[in-house]
Amino acid sequence: MSLLAAPPGNGAGGGGRTRRRARPASLQGHRWTPWLYLAPALLVLAGLLAYPIYQLGLLSLLEYTQAQVSGGEPASFQGLGNYAELFSDPQFWDVLLATVVFAAACVFGTMAVGCALAVLLTRIRAVPRLLLMLAAMGAWATPAMTGSTVWVFLFDPDFGPVNRVLGLGDHSWTYGRMSAFALVLMEVVWCSFPLVMTTVYAGIRAIPAEVLEAAELDGASLWRTWRSVLAPMLRPILVVVVIQSIIWDFKIFTQIYVMTGGGGDAGQNLVLNVYAYQKAFSSSQYSLGSAIGVVMLLILLAVVLVYLRLLRRGGEEL
Amino acid sequence: MAGVAVAGCAPSTSTEGSGKDEKTGTVRVWLFKEVGNAPKQRVVDGVVERFEKKHEGVTVDVRYIPIDSRAERIKGAFNDRGSAPDVIEYGNTDTAGYVADGGLADVSEEFESWSAADDIDATAKKSVTYDGKTYGAPLFVGVRALYYRTDVFEELGLKPPKTLDRLTETARQIRKERPKLYGLAVGGAYTYGAMPFVWAKGGDLADERGGEYAAALDSPEAKKGIKAYTDLLDDSNCPPERCSQWGGNETVEAFAGGRAGMAIAGDFNRQAMEDGEVKGDYGVVPLPGEKSGEIAPAFAGGNNVGVLKSSSHRTLAVELMKELAGKRAQAELFDAMGFLPTFTDTRREVAEREPFVKPFVETLDAGTEFVPVSPAWGEIDASLVLPGMFQEIAGGKKDVDAAAEDATEKMDKVFAE
Repeated sequence: MSLLAAPPGNGAGGGGRTRRRARPASLQGHRWTPWLYLAPALLVLAGLLAYPIYQLGLLSLLEYTQAQVSGGEPASFQGLGNYAELFSDPQFWDVLLATVVFAAACVFGTMAVGCALAVLLTRIRAVPRLLLMLAAMGAWATPAMTGSTVWVFLFDPDFGPVNRVLGLGDHSWTYGRMSAFALVLMEVVWCSFPLVMTTVYAGIRAIPAEVLEAAELDGASLWRTWRSVLAPMLRPILVVVVIQSIIWDFKIFTQIYVMTGGGGDAGQNLVLNVYAYQKAFSSSQYSLGSAIGVVMLLILLAVVLVYLRLLRRGGEEL
Repeated sequence: MAGVAVAGCAPSTSTEGSGKDEKTGTVRVWLFKEVGNAPKQRVVDGVVERFEKKHEGVTVDVRYIPIDSRAERIKGAFNDRGSAPDVIEYGNTDTAGYVADGGLADVSEEFESWSAADDIDATAKKSVTYDGKTYGAPLFVGVRALYYRTDVFEELGLKPPKTLDRLTETARQIRKERPKLYGLAVGGAYTYGAMPFVWAKGGDLADERGGEYAAALDSPEAKKGIKAYTDLLDDSNCPPERCSQWGGNETVEAFAGGRAGMAIAGDFNRQAMEDGEVKGDYGVVPLPGEKSGEIAPAFAGGNNVGVLKSSSHRTLAVELMKELAGKRAQAELFDAMGFLPTFTDTRREVAEREPFVKPFVETLDAGTEFVPVSPAWGEIDASLVLPGMFQEIAGGKKDVDAAAEDATEKMDKVFAE
């Protein structure tokens, strides 16, 4: 605790810009200080993140199935064998493509709905705003499992109210590939737009009223105000929620698993996470599942790097 | 971390058997928790009481594990031998996989010297055998036959079909005259409902040559069977939009709920029918074969009881296994749960008492089939190779030839591992 009582001027109160200047000689001895502060967090991260990732990587290089886990056979080193098997499987590429396209559609849908409703929130009276907020919070608070089950029920060919209202008879929404993906897409957008909406809404409220008033006085339309005033000012917030959505939607599991019955008719609605689950746990090929996990990790890492670059270019300090 | 050897930084691997054989203490047993488990529990309690009386200083601790999560629980038991039971009930298609995992103990010697074992039927014996050794005792056998709606058949002037071709015609006729009903409830993911069609046409899942399996779904006979089954997955009987994703449970539900004229269901599904709308309006006949008078070979499902390799009470555990799966317990289990005995003589006795099981016993007597006894089967099953094949054909994504060849290739890849 005595470290926290360091005298002022030791960098703590200096702010970002001053730290870039040459440090006074007296501070050289303290270059380990930041690491000391970071140590507890780093230890936790190392234990909870680095070690599992290391194990994941290690498993992906071994032959490791149930027989190896329970001691029936020794684990053997396979090199990149699991990756070779994965990359030579046409289904993997099919699933990867489906995952990327589906995640992109989910992110786009979530952002569009979230932003539109955020702008709407600033334009409506208190009572409808409260109602919209409550509806959004309800969707947000619903566990993915429950939400998916309810959606499947709503669209159930036998008992679902949707078919009855639309007069679709016993049309099955989950039979066709596109229609099943579309149904899951709607559920995903429904349960993830509230985050975008509230974050963007908070961002809009933080924008000085004069700016918006000026736009209004200049006769800017709603779309124009969004395009030329709100969106640029909200850029940092938008980047954060987009990246969050990408990470979430790329890793989607519950909705697909529950709504399409584990990946749909003949596996047509598989996404990477469900595919990995099928390999790793249903058929106990833990090493192959790990290899899929590593591939997903690398793809998401690339996305995060792009995110960091975007942030830097946006002029924000990291 | 007890019982787990960590070699360097390698992922953990469980150690081999305990090497102990204690004659007193607690013998732990895991059995499946059935729907309506109380009657089963009463039978087991009786067995346990007799066992504890016979063996002084021994207590038996029975746990009932949910069937849905049995795979995880049993894998967990193999991994963490410290908290593993001594005796488990397991599905008979899992034998080879569990042996390869190093989980089940070889009880060949005790099985050989068990006089009652001679009366166990051949397919049931096969289901506890892997690579020439015995890994448990069959507890009961489950077999499927053709359930049909007696009221619908009477109204339409139909008779239970005598051949597979007639079955298809009958199914279509029902659908045509009663458009709200599926003729024969079938499912794209109902492997054990579909396989009898393949077996009846002379095909098979795989051929065995000297312990090695090669997938055989691309044989002309197998393809005929696949075609016969997938022909039923169309609008004239069971529209693929509805039926393609169905497994066995959904077809049983459809029939029990009065939405199908016929269904392929097991003796173990009787309660579902009795609880459903069809109560009192259904009959059961063996699933017909290719020619009149033939019975399509059914899949001989069921459960076994085995001893874990890690057991520290091996002798006691094997004794208990023989009691649990013994003739007396099996006869009691039939009375309590309707599970068909695996001993041919016990089965004959109970069949005389209970006419309902007659078509099922006839099916068993006509000869049953089994899945490849190979650890690869578990993976093939879990990777949904067969459901994928039926669904692709039903959905018109592939023709029978292409889908069957694809499935054969996928299966061979797993067999080769």
